Amino acid sequence: MIDFFVVVLVAGGLVFFLGGSIGILRFPDFYSRLHPAGKLDTSGSALAMAGLALFVLFPVSLESVLTSLKILLIVAIVFLTSPTATHAIVDAGVRAGLEPWKKSGEKTGP
Amino acid sequence: MQDFFLGAALVLGGLMLLSLYRGVFGPTVLDRLVGVNAIGSKTAVLLVIIGILYKRVDMFVDIALAYALLNFIAVLAASRYFQKRKGLGREIQHKAALRSGEKQ
Repeated sequence: MIDFFVVVLVAGGLVFFLGGSIGILRFPDFYSRLHPAGKLDTSGSALAMAGLALFVLFPVSLESVLTSLKILLIVAIVFLTSPTATHAIVDAGVRAGLEPWKKSGEKTGP
Repeated sequence: MQDFFLGAALVLGGLMLLSLYRGVFGPTVLDRLVGVNAIGSKTAVLLVIIGILYKRVDMFVDIALAYALLNFIAVLAASRYFQKRKGLGREIQHKAALRSGEKQ
């Protein structure tokens, strides 16, 4: 029964990772590529790590509970650091004067 | 269950290869940074799966924790360094100019 939930959670995380990788490959522009890279990697690693923590938790002992808590600590760190890293990359692009992607023929600038 | 984790690790490795394309061929420096960041966040998950496969999760969890922090520090330092460089988009314009020159 526990194994079923573990398989569902890890497979869901892999689906999110697949979407993120395809988005990084196929979006046309640097700014739009950060959208899958920032969000889908965070949610994918959260789902997969939740499944792995559930697998490690059984059979319950002090050591397994501590290891499971450490895995959840990794998720907390990723939730804090991944949006920060994404924002830092966008900031670097804006300050370096990288132009956003436009459809051909569209007017540039507001 | 071990077979499932082995398959999941293989799928994660394939997805890291997909992200590596953006890291190698990305048009600008910041595109390469995005690809490396995506690979790093997948590696933290892959390290825990490797720990389950070797039945030493308690050791590999610490390595994954350190790797997640190092990935964050590396991306932050690289983006702080590159924001002082003007003309990051000139690589694309340079390539486009080369391509239009070939057509003529």
